[in-house]
Amino acid sequence: MSTYTLTVNGKPHTVDVRPGTPLLWVLRDTLGLTGTKYGCGKGLCGSCTVHLDGEAARSCVTPIEAVANSSVVTIEGLSPERSHPVQRAWIEEEVPQCGYCQSGQIMTAVALLKKQVNPTDDQIDEAMREMLCRCGTYQRIRRAIHRAAAEGLRPRRGGVR
Amino acid sequence: MNKTSTLRRREFIKVTTSAGAGLALSFHLPWGEKLVALAQERESPFAPNAWLRIDKDGTVTIIVAKSEMGQGVRTALPMIVAEELDADWSKVIVEQAIADKKYGSMGTGGSTSVRTSWEKLRTAGATARAMLVTAAAQTWGVPESTCRTENGMVIHTQSGRKLAYAELTQTAAKVPVPERVTLKYPKDFRIIGKRMPRVDTPGKVDGSAKFGIDIRIPGMLYASVAMCPVFGGKVKAYQDQKALSVPGVKKVVRIDDGVAVVAESTWAAFQGRDALQITWDEGPNVQLSSESIREMFIDAAKRPGAVAQKEGDCDAALSTAAKRIDAVYEVPFLAHATMEPMNCVADVRKDRCEIWVSTQDPQGFQGKACEITGLPEDKVIVHTTLLGGGFGRRHEPDVLAHAVQVSKAIDAPVKVTWTREDDMMHDWYRPASYHMLSGGLDESGNLVAFRHKIIAPSISESKWPGSARNGLDEGAVEGAVRLPYSIPNFLVEYVMANTPVPLTWWRSVYPSQNVFAVESFMDELAYAAGKDPFEFRRSLVTKMPRMKKAMELAAEKAGWGRPLPKGHALGIALSPPAFFVTPVVQIAEVSVGTDKRVKLHRVVCSIDCGIAVNPDSIEAQMESGFVYGVTAALNGKVTLKKGRVEQENFDDYPILAIDEMPVVQTVIVESSEPPSGTGEPGVPAAAPAVVNAIFAATGQRVRTLPIRLS
Repeated sequence: MSTYTLTVNGKPHTVDVRPGTPLLWVLRDTLGLTGTKYGCGKGLCGSCTVHLDGEAARSCVTPIEAVANSSVVTIEGLSPERSHPVQRAWIEEEVPQCGYCQSGQIMTAVALLKKQVNPTDDQIDEAMREMLCRCGTYQRIRRAIHRAAAEGLRPRRGGVR
Repeated sequence: MNKTSTLRRREFIKVTTSAGAGLALSFHLPWGEKLVALAQERESPFAPNAWLRIDKDGTVTIIVAKSEMGQGVRTALPMIVAEELDADWSKVIVEQAIADKKYGSMGTGGSTSVRTSWEKLRTAGATARAMLVTAAAQTWGVPESTCRTENGMVIHTQSGRKLAYAELTQTAAKVPVPERVTLKYPKDFRIIGKRMPRVDTPGKVDGSAKFGIDIRIPGMLYASVAMCPVFGGKVKAYQDQKALSVPGVKKVVRIDDGVAVVAESTWAAFQGRDALQITWDEGPNVQLSSESIREMFIDAAKRPGAVAQKEGDCDAALSTAAKRIDAVYEVPFLAHATMEPMNCVADVRKDRCEIWVSTQDPQGFQGKACEITGLPEDKVIVHTTLLGGGFGRRHEPDVLAHAVQVSKAIDAPVKVTWTREDDMMHDWYRPASYHMLSGGLDESGNLVAFRHKIIAPSISESKWPGSARNGLDEGAVEGAVRLPYSIPNFLVEYVMANTPVPLTWWRSVYPSQNVFAVESFMDELAYAAGKDPFEFRRSLVTKMPRMKKAMELAAEKAGWGRPLPKGHALGIALSPPAFFVTPVVQIAEVSVGTDKRVKLHRVVCSIDCGIAVNPDSIEAQMESGFVYGVTAALNGKVTLKKGRVEQENFDDYPILAIDEMPVVQTVIVESSEPPSGTGEPGVPAAAPAVVNAIFAATGQRVRTLPIRLS
């Protein structure tokens, strides 16, 4: 076992885990942040997506060594009270069905909107094409991203980002 | 439809203490879910039946006994209770029931939740409402008939006096439970029929929603189970020294299905399991392959089948038909591939056992845990968590058995998590099947004969040997019998062709294969008759007006017959009412690229599911059902080699991605009929609608799934 220091959702953590342990299991089992999901273990489905220094990353194939001294943001740390425009759009469009993949979908959509403030359908498809959803919520994901993009351009009232 | 419903006493036992509440998994609006396994110790003064309680602060707790797997039951079922209760929806909280006989069947599948709960939950709400009215009338000293209810209040119409339900709980608790209650007219519904926001959505966008895999309890360890990759194989011998030397690994335990590695984290358990050295006794199925199964089907096809439906004399009509066509259709085994891999948390003690699991059958799982532990039912508490997909897979208690056996062996709570590979290779699969079809047309192109012989393994026979009478598994012919078409000479036969591959229900199971064969072949017949596929079908739908209406609405919405962009074509398919009672029509618009890839542009789904309880959820189910069906059509294939499944993960069992997703437009037929199923009816027509559109675009007829164009 080895000791690693990382920042998750703004808080520093020191964890004692075996070298090579994927970030996913550190988040879920060590830190109890279960919003990030295990789906495939091979970076194929995207359910485990988090932000690593602001970029979307697959935590199931990211070893703990790679995130030492990095800033990790998970779905739990995205916003207080679900106030992020992407989360609000997800609620408005009633995107989730079973909901299992949605943390990863939302984290990926947030990363996309940071780069492209008003993406086209093709840009959404390109950014989200490796994010699998067995319930087929894709149509609503597209709608929600467009809604969040439209809302993101307006000044926010109330909610804290 | 002003109905008077008689209470069934056993289901509506009056509960005057909190005993009816028991332990429950609770979640609250609008803040997402509360901690799992929160004991409901609260005394609810008014708890007239198993389905609802009202507190002094006005909180209305509605109990949901069905499993939420994305279809929206945690919203739709409480809407039904709240409607007849005339509750203030903003005061409603929803609680997931723990496994208990008092709820009747808690099994969630077959698109049954809303339609089988409809009367029961309306009656539960109406009963409570009647008692609150009596309580208010007594308080005011006025006749009950002069009182009405609205939004969580009883109102004395003449005087305008009001009493909130919160103020009436103690008086109402003393009112005898009425024998008969009056249900609302659908025209008076104010909650049912609304696009109600789903109660589980907030927790699903902030990570607080708890699926089975997210459960953590004090002292819990983590386990991974190595199972024989060959169906029917067993452990011959194993060595665990290397596994035990993996940091974090605590124990290695032999269980019925294999060898479990117990560790301090899921990852350590996975690593330890990989380090096990196991010699398998691969058992009798080691020669099994997809090819050997297909040969067996072809052999079985030569046997006479059990008659499932017979009208007229099909053979005679085929022999005298002006035109006869024959075709063979084939579909493979399929996995469920729920996004949440199988998992279960179990805490087995000497005198009790507590389980947290994403299950479609909490009572069946409870029974299995009783069997393993030897504990009586009241000592085995099963909490149903949210399900990260079900699709039929979560009826099988295999992972529960793992968790219970491991917890019992190590005397500590444990979470067993399957890897995706475990999930893919140890599923209970949707059967493969082989279909022989023959059709006869007269000189004017009228369909005079239709024969369909289905060769398929029987799920029910695999679970309950001897259940098929005279060789007929009624389930296996669903979607092929009682077609919407009037055909004078019609014959459906079934040949049972069982294999050692474990089977279970899958989203729409047999209709997903039978409707593919029937509706693709109907298209072949339409072209053979020189007729438009929509008109050919419509002329035959003479006895099912709801289907005819759904067809016409779909055609109108899709613009059947309109000019299309170059290379685009439309395909239509009908999904007969089948066991889910709901007719669905789908019209797909596709094109085929020069790379032979199928591009889905748009699909119109029309559905007649009776009263639409939550229209937004129904639309979501149509989107979802189409995706499930078309994923199978484009890519779904489980193959076997040397007795084991060849697919392991999403790279070799691909599921539809967003860049393949068409626009799905849903038309819900207006209706005042009782509600029928919506979870499955979106699946069966997807493959044939797409395949028929491919034919219209390219002239290439696909008769084997998944679709591979040449």
